[in-house]
Amino acid sequence: MHVSFFSTCLVDNIFPDIGIDSVKLLERLGCTIVFNPQQTCCGQPLANSGYQQKAKKSMHLLLDTLLEDEADYIVAPSGSCVLQIKEYSTLFADDHQIADKAGELAAKTFELTDFIVNVLQKDRVESTLRAKAVYHPSCHMTRLLGVKEPPLTLLANVAGLELVPCKGQDKCCGFGGTFSVKMADLSGAMVAEKVDNFIATGADCVIGCDAGCLMNIKARLERLNHPMQVLHIANVLAHS
Amino acid sequence: MSIQTSDLPLHDRINTELEKPFMRKAIANAQDLLNQKREDVFKELGNYEQWKSQASAIRHHVLENLDYYLDLFSSNAEQAGAHVYFASTDQEATERALAICQAKNASKVVKSKSMVTEEIGLNEVLEDQGIEVIETDLGEYLLQIDNHDKPSHIVVPALHKNRDRIQQVLQEKRGYDGDNLPENMTRFVRHLIRKDFLEADVAITGCNFGVAETGTCTLVTNEGNGRFVTTVPKTQIVVMGMERLVPSFKELDTMLSLLARSAVGAKLTSYMTLFTGPKKPDDMDGPEELHIIIVDNGRSKVLGSPFKEVLKCIRCGTCMLECPAYRHVCGHGYGALYPGPLGAALVPVLAGYTPFKDLTKICTLCGACNEVCPVQVPLYEYIYEHRRIIAEEKQLEGRLEGIAMGLYGGIIGNAKLYDMTTRFASVANISPKIGPLKQWCKNRERPHVATQRFRDWYKITKKGQK
Repeated sequence: MHVSFFSTCLVDNIFPDIGIDSVKLLERLGCTIVFNPQQTCCGQPLANSGYQQKAKKSMHLLLDTLLEDEADYIVAPSGSCVLQIKEYSTLFADDHQIADKAGELAAKTFELTDFIVNVLQKDRVESTLRAKAVYHPSCHMTRLLGVKEPPLTLLANVAGLELVPCKGQDKCCGFGGTFSVKMADLSGAMVAEKVDNFIATGADCVIGCDAGCLMNIKARLERLNHPMQVLHIANVLAHS
Repeated sequence: MSIQTSDLPLHDRINTELEKPFMRKAIANAQDLLNQKREDVFKELGNYEQWKSQASAIRHHVLENLDYYLDLFSSNAEQAGAHVYFASTDQEATERALAICQAKNASKVVKSKSMVTEEIGLNEVLEDQGIEVIETDLGEYLLQIDNHDKPSHIVVPALHKNRDRIQQVLQEKRGYDGDNLPENMTRFVRHLIRKDFLEADVAITGCNFGVAETGTCTLVTNEGNGRFVTTVPKTQIVVMGMERLVPSFKELDTMLSLLARSAVGAKLTSYMTLFTGPKKPDDMDGPEELHIIIVDNGRSKVLGSPFKEVLKCIRCGTCMLECPAYRHVCGHGYGALYPGPLGAALVPVLAGYTPFKDLTKICTLCGACNEVCPVQVPLYEYIYEHRRIIAEEKQLEGRLEGIAMGLYGGIIGNAKLYDMTTRFASVANISPKIGPLKQWCKNRERPHVATQRFRDWYKITKKGQK
């Protein structure tokens, strides 16, 4: 199965290990990966701040880039960026040609765990992590993209992993893209509460599916000098 | 009061609230408690999603046929003996209410809780003319005596005050010398305002739903104050937003079933007061005159906009209870009478983008509000669309932000430029903490840019492949 990998800009620049682990994982599961270096960013930081027109150039670019390799699927290690790609057809509704292409792209694009569970039809991927962990369900991925169960299914089958519940588990971590700098004080208060709740579980690590939330959570843990580890689900699943 | 409740700029408002640990704790506790109760009570009811679609369909139908239902409601109310007025602006509405009070030589007015009267600034208008106005909802009463403090939530207006603060207010303003037990403080206030109920010349209430087929007004309260104000004073004025209608009692049942559950996690409110016209000759009690003022005040504009579904809102306040941003700044952080996701979706179109553009910023676009809205208002989508209008259509965010965003769009819109810019981005790891980074770093460490990007790894590792 040919998969075109969309790394997302955050993974490309801040957390390359998430991309590396995603590629290794998908290859282990029998996929042939292509990464088209023309790709940049899905444009979400602009669009969510209201600058849709200014985001359209990057959206065009990503549309062309990800469709260029004619892969069977496009997979990204982020529910949020996949959501943005799926919204392209609405954003380009006034141009049928582009909207059709956007529809084609949306139909082929999957978030990593959704792809593993629902396309590859695998509930377990032979991985091990001897730790107590708390899972952070990202808002865009669970509420808006509607991918709730796949990460939980896969994590449940990780050898040695104990998942613990956490107070306010499904509450937003306060990242919100540009919100985290435009409304930094409020965002900081939100992540402070979130991280306090993680710490109260006594878990060794927090696992999530979106680099944005994880960057925010990690930055807060580092400020507190707390040893809790922050892992993307690809980091967990790639290691057997 | 009017829709704007604060003169402070956005960040001052936010920081003022963030610096109130007691308030934040009180709001967080209230959110957690009420959300749990709501979940439980809806689980017990079953078919949550179906109830929501049904309620949404009812409200949508009313909005699509609002002229018809307004006409039906007002003619039926008039037939039952009420006087019905339409007010297109806040000023028209307050002038009408004032004229009614003055015609009765009223010196004292008792009110039950009503957001629309706050929206049109009715209390101030009456008080300026020397009429004493007493809020009889306990929460509103506490705000009123605490130097006209502003509501922090539309259903639970004193949500930001904990029992110690309430005890302190009652001590300072009303000479209370008891403990901080809610029952005892409530009994104290109950005793105080009983006299006001009996002395008042005019009662003013809101209206949760008007029933078009009969011209009936509905009030839901938990304290019985609504029942009291609608039975004792000789004259009653109902102020209602023009969208607040249901076709018949059948639909009223659906709406009330959802309202109490959503607002406070209860199957029912303690009191549901329904009245049709003034007191009939055989009635034991009720007002001799009933005046209904139906308020537009921007609602027609909303109805004709792409945001019209926000008028489906039944003012349950659930979106606020669920909102993770509201949790930390309460209603006061928004500086608008309607705060939270509802405020961000409604107020810019109801009262203008320029004064209220910042409401949409107090949102991470997490979508939690959409999940719990009992009438399925697309709050997330509306906030998202407002941001586009504010940033691109009306260009209200300032030139600097526009330029910065344009620059960013230029970089990510060009593969070569992106590659060049990000290749050496790791130098930013030692850059001084200024601008957005400084903001970010107040509560967090700086994220580190990798020296080897994913694409570099891929290129090195997968040489020979594309």
